[in-house]
Amino acid sequence: MTAVIDKPVRGPSRWAPPPRPTWEEEPSKAGLAGKGLVLTLACLGIFFPLWIVIVTSLSSRKTIDEAGGLVMVPKGITFVAYKELLSGGQVTRASVISILITLVGTLFSMAVSVLCAYGLSRIGSLGHRWILLALLATMFFSAGLIPTYLLVQSLGLTDSYLALILPSAISVFNILVLRGFFMGISQELIDSARIDGAGDVRILWQIVMPLSRAVLAVITLFYAVGYWSAWFNASLYLNDQDMMPLQNVMIQLVQKQEAPVGLGQAIKTGQLSGLAVQMAVMVMALLPVAVLSPFVQRHFKKGMLTGAVKG
Amino acid sequence: MSHSTVPRSGTEADTTEKTPVASGRATGSQEKRPSGKVSLRLRFRRDRVLLLMTLPAVLLVLLFNYVPILGNIVAFQDYDPYISDNGIVSMLHSPWVGIENFQRVFEDSAFWDAVQNTLVLFFLQLVLYFPIPIALALLINSVVRPRVRALSQAILYLPHFFSWVLVIAVFQQLFGGAGILSQLLRQHGYDGLDIMTDPNTFKFLITAQSVWKDAGWGIIVFLAALSSVSPDLYEAAAMDGAGRWRRMWHITLPALRPVIALLLVLRVGDALTVGFEQILLQRDAVGPGAAEVLDTFVWWNGVRNQDFGYAAAAGLIKGVVSLGLVLAANKVAHLMGEQGVYKK
Repeated sequence: MTAVIDKPVRGPSRWAPPPRPTWEEEPSKAGLAGKGLVLTLACLGIFFPLWIVIVTSLSSRKTIDEAGGLVMVPKGITFVAYKELLSGGQVTRASVISILITLVGTLFSMAVSVLCAYGLSRIGSLGHRWILLALLATMFFSAGLIPTYLLVQSLGLTDSYLALILPSAISVFNILVLRGFFMGISQELIDSARIDGAGDVRILWQIVMPLSRAVLAVITLFYAVGYWSAWFNASLYLNDQDMMPLQNVMIQLVQKQEAPVGLGQAIKTGQLSGLAVQMAVMVMALLPVAVLSPFVQRHFKKGMLTGAVKG
Repeated sequence: MSHSTVPRSGTEADTTEKTPVASGRATGSQEKRPSGKVSLRLRFRRDRVLLLMTLPAVLLVLLFNYVPILGNIVAFQDYDPYISDNGIVSMLHSPWVGIENFQRVFEDSAFWDAVQNTLVLFFLQLVLYFPIPIALALLINSVVRPRVRALSQAILYLPHFFSWVLVIAVFQQLFGGAGILSQLLRQHGYDGLDIMTDPNTFKFLITAQSVWKDAGWGIIVFLAALSSVSPDLYEAAAMDGAGRWRRMWHITLPALRPVIALLLVLRVGDALTVGFEQILLQRDAVGPGAAEVLDTFVWWNGVRNQDFGYAAAAGLIKGVVSLGLVLAANKVAHLMGEQGVYKK
């Protein structure tokens, strides 16, 4: 019965506010409007530029010419720019490279971080305190750009994708977040598994990790975004233009206004809008992140707090 | 299978069958591995799996965080990268010059310009950026409709996950010479303008980009602090006749105070590191006069000009001062009764 009362068939939408406690005064109209305005403006400030980029990337050359540049209102949607970019050539290759680096790098980072976080989450194990201290200390200093550069070069990693993965493979902060979460898992559960004969590896794989899905998702996203967004190491350690990941190609394209190799001719002869091509590359760079992060976002708060408080 | 549980005897395991929880504690379970009584060898045998698990991360940190510290000796050398293909071999054969590099750095007006730019940017970010997440968090916290909250948070978080390359490209499309703002101005008969290449406003541009990218992300910690405030406090205050604003002043803001203080202190500790990637990407457009910060100064002299000893010296100065600042900031955080980055 109560359920029926609580959920009227055509009641207020789910956007309606929850019931107000009796002591709280009704908000003033002006206050509500002001709040809504500021929030809307803030959200529009983020959304509007992205909208322009997306719409322009989907516009035909004619629409772009008529608008005199960037397009705000979609008209005559076309996927020409994407088709050209993805039909082989520099941008296609760079995208594949970026995807592969992100996949391999994230997998590697997660494996190393999860193992380390679990190893350090068993308080009182041998050397646990020292290892933790050594990791924590790196949050206070960095060796500096030049010595790191010379080291990577001495290791022979120049012109190798390992240079994009190994030096920045783990983040101590992420390890601390994972460790904090692992330490919060019910001790009784782990003990009973141990008594049933499970070793540390099995406990981690079959008990700790399944219980930590939320934080694992958050940290995976953090690492993946890190690899996907990285450009500096590539600019530092890669000399071969053909090896460059997507972000570095985007720098040349958007900042230095160079047409991607192979498409320059099509743009010059007017078949393709150079602007649409630029925007399409930007959309390709933002798409994976924009699609993935909302799924993980409800766990952000928990993850950030575990990391910020423990340690 | 359970090699790592050396000290546990069989008899105990037998009796534990029925009450695993209690006996797990009794046998000195994971919670506090006994360290005093058990010999080092036994502890090593017991914990070797755990040690093996931490090994890859430890090796990575040793190799890429600790080994390069030794590489800072090039700051005291006239480092010649052409001695050998291998940087370490070159390091061993380069002549020592003592503190000559440091003297050169201190006499270089470009270095002091970089210091000045760094500090100006830091203060701008402190004044113009820092309060925004707090205000946004207060605003979102006062929104009661869950859908509106969730949606606006989802949008505000988003740019944090964009790369700097993308953020700057977006800004260029808005405010660049061919951007939408210039486009609109020209359509209405004004001159176009190019904020992206103007050295005079560059520092504000950098700050605006930081706000766009990360202000939404910055609200997380504040929202968490706000969500832990007991609603009873608000109710009691309302009973005592406190209005909306008084409740905010006397309950909400005091709840945020420790978080604000802590973040402020940590930010000061990080003062010499302002947006390296972000600025490096735009350095060419506005010129080093306005855009050079300490990090880009090191990059330019070392990576571009191959003056490794000189750049390493500048980097070392920055690193040492930064370390001092971070440690001092943590000290202050501790004095305020906060935890800081590490526990005492």
